[in-house]
Amino acid sequence: MDADSMPAAPGIEAGIDRTPDVAKTGTYLELVHSWIVTVDHKRLGILYICFALLFLLVAGVEALLIRVQLFFPHNDFVSPFTFNRLFTMHGTTMVFFVGMPILFGFGNYLVPLMIGARDMAFPRLNAFSFWISAFGGLLLYYSFIGGVGLAGTGSAPDVAWFAYAPLTERAFSPGHTVDYWAVSLLATGIGSIGTAINIIATVFCMRCRGMTLFRIPLLPWLYVTTSFLVLVAVSPLTACQAMLMIDRYLGGHFFDTQAGGSALLWAHFFWIFGHPEVYVLVMPAFAFANEIIPVFSRKAIFGYPAMVAASVGIAFISLSVWAHHMFTIGMTSLGNAFFTLSTMLVSIPTGIKTFNWLATIWGGKIRFATPMLFSVAFVFQFVIAGLTGIMLSISPWNWQTHNSYFVVAHFHYVLVGAIVFMIFAAIHYWYPKMTGRMLDERLGKWHFWLMVIGFHLTFDTMHIPGLLGMPRQIFTYEADRGWTLLNQIVSVGGFIQGVAILILVYNMVHSYFHGAEAGPDPWDAWTLEWSTSSPPPAYNFPVEPVVASRRPLWDLKHPEDPDSAFE
Amino acid sequence: MATVPLQHMTKEDTWKLPSRGVMAMACLITAEASIFTIFVVAYLYYLGRDVSGPTPKAVLEIPYFGTVCLLSSSGFIMLAERAIEHGRMAAFRLWWMVTILLGAIFLTDTGLEWYKLIVHDHLTIHTNLFGTTFYSLVGLHASHVVVGLLMMLVVLVFALTGHLHGEHAARVKVLALYWHFVDAVWVVVFTVVYVVGR
Repeated sequence: MDADSMPAAPGIEAGIDRTPDVAKTGTYLELVHSWIVTVDHKRLGILYICFALLFLLVAGVEALLIRVQLFFPHNDFVSPFTFNRLFTMHGTTMVFFVGMPILFGFGNYLVPLMIGARDMAFPRLNAFSFWISAFGGLLLYYSFIGGVGLAGTGSAPDVAWFAYAPLTERAFSPGHTVDYWAVSLLATGIGSIGTAINIIATVFCMRCRGMTLFRIPLLPWLYVTTSFLVLVAVSPLTACQAMLMIDRYLGGHFFDTQAGGSALLWAHFFWIFGHPEVYVLVMPAFAFANEIIPVFSRKAIFGYPAMVAASVGIAFISLSVWAHHMFTIGMTSLGNAFFTLSTMLVSIPTGIKTFNWLATIWGGKIRFATPMLFSVAFVFQFVIAGLTGIMLSISPWNWQTHNSYFVVAHFHYVLVGAIVFMIFAAIHYWYPKMTGRMLDERLGKWHFWLMVIGFHLTFDTMHIPGLLGMPRQIFTYEADRGWTLLNQIVSVGGFIQGVAILILVYNMVHSYFHGAEAGPDPWDAWTLEWSTSSPPPAYNFPVEPVVASRRPLWDLKHPEDPDSAFE
Repeated sequence: MATVPLQHMTKEDTWKLPSRGVMAMACLITAEASIFTIFVVAYLYYLGRDVSGPTPKAVLEIPYFGTVCLLSSSGFIMLAERAIEHGRMAAFRLWWMVTILLGAIFLTDTGLEWYKLIVHDHLTIHTNLFGTTFYSLVGLHASHVVVGLLMMLVVLVFALTGHLHGEHAARVKVLALYWHFVDAVWVVVFTVVYVVGR
């Protein structure tokens, strides 16, 4: 059935406030001012998402410049020094200023609505967290003009996103680019910790009446586990940025190998943050899938308790796998065995999740609207990413492929194939709630198919040069290696994805003004955010809701057959 | 506007949720504990790896007095918590001031220790690995003491100007939770720096 012809259930009309929004009148200056001083979780959520989409375009352009450089062997499109800056800025931006803010943005917007609360537990802390993260992003990019490089000109960090010591020490990275990198990550880390505290306090302390722990929708549940990971994993990053600053500004010796400091310790500290960070990013993608797949399969999620347990399980296991990033640095055989086994253990809870999604789709009345298309592609691609993950967890295999394009292909399969795809699904699914307008379905399909084709051209192909021995982070290669055609296919796929993302941006802008009216509940969904008007009023719920099951809107629409009778 | 609740009412009449202040402080303590863990691991990892002196054994003296002051302040802040819970504001002000005083004595003690290390033993953060890790770890803890003292001083100003009453007990207890954490961390730092590391 078409999305906009979906009838809203008469039951939910009672909870919707139709009084006009007074905030919409006023001059443009007042409008801008109201967005800057806002503490409303929905506005901050939208600010996070817009901020992240802006950086997605910037970091995407950086990726495309990298791909242009690698299109031909011995290409001199950019210099080796610029190339180093490009992949450093691409990685840092994508992780810290695209992934984190867009996921926190959706969390900010959705968590209070889904648990029937009127705002986050600490609205002002929320605003602080957003603005300090945004400041961190601007600081990173200010290094292009403010960070004095070797030649005395503007520059940018060029130490790769994991910034291995001792390259980052004063002796090897003079100028201020590494300082901008470190301070920027320090600032955004503080913002992330603030938001994580806020989300945990919101979910546990602001639930509406009747919402017991096992009636919380899966999205808030997964945001709690992801926030816990932020607390215990982003804090070590903050600590080691502080150590790096002590080294660079106060002449400390933490990572100064000439005074006995250890480069190895930085690698450990960074990956103690770096690996759980992957799960910080992927957990919200799971959360979106948990909400979208049931609605478009017209079935309740399969195995809710197993989903919660698997999420918490992933969070704990992910804290003990970091050294699988360091197999080639060298460890005892006991260390190799431990980190191989603990990494393989992650596949058990993630397998539980995959089977639960399949079981939810199985036998459902499936609607292939754009959010569902992205979700199906996500399940498929996430499984493949997991399979190469198991290959890389085997330390002898890892010794052969480490720091090759095989690894680059593997983690982009997770970050793009799983996380970015679910972010696009979430944008298509919740855009009507945030703006009151539907996204154009035809453009959405174009966006999806171009994205799928571009993604598989790029990242399926990228495994092969890795297996042929092409290392990551090289700025060019010899023509007789046989990598040329493969690299050209990868680059073409990259540009197709670029076009797909431009279509999304056009769709978002165009539909904001010309899209079909969404109404409160365009997808005939079951969680509380769809019981408010689109967009919801500042106070969310005129009457605080009371719930009796995991799908309160189902109960409301089907009083003769409520979920509460079965849970 | 209809005022019917969204869902049929449940039988549960009492709907109790945990305090968000305590929950948020517990989360902050989790995050802070992770930061301290990294600094403690760095301290232990670099023990005895210096390429030049001075060594911990040669220059460190156990700060008995400051430690006793800081740890006992946890007891006094508990007395203050109990006092404000029962609305005994005079007792609260007394125990609160004692807590701040003990914290300040600890900080002075650390300051004197650092003065001795810098001026007499010529150990700075730049000297060697011991200097780097020592000043970072102890300094990180001391900065938490400073933050705690500043927040307690704000509460003291409210208490002395009569703006603080028994109904604020829950908020004061959240701050006290932070102070207990700062004290507990000192037990770890003390053990690592002055017992294991010396």
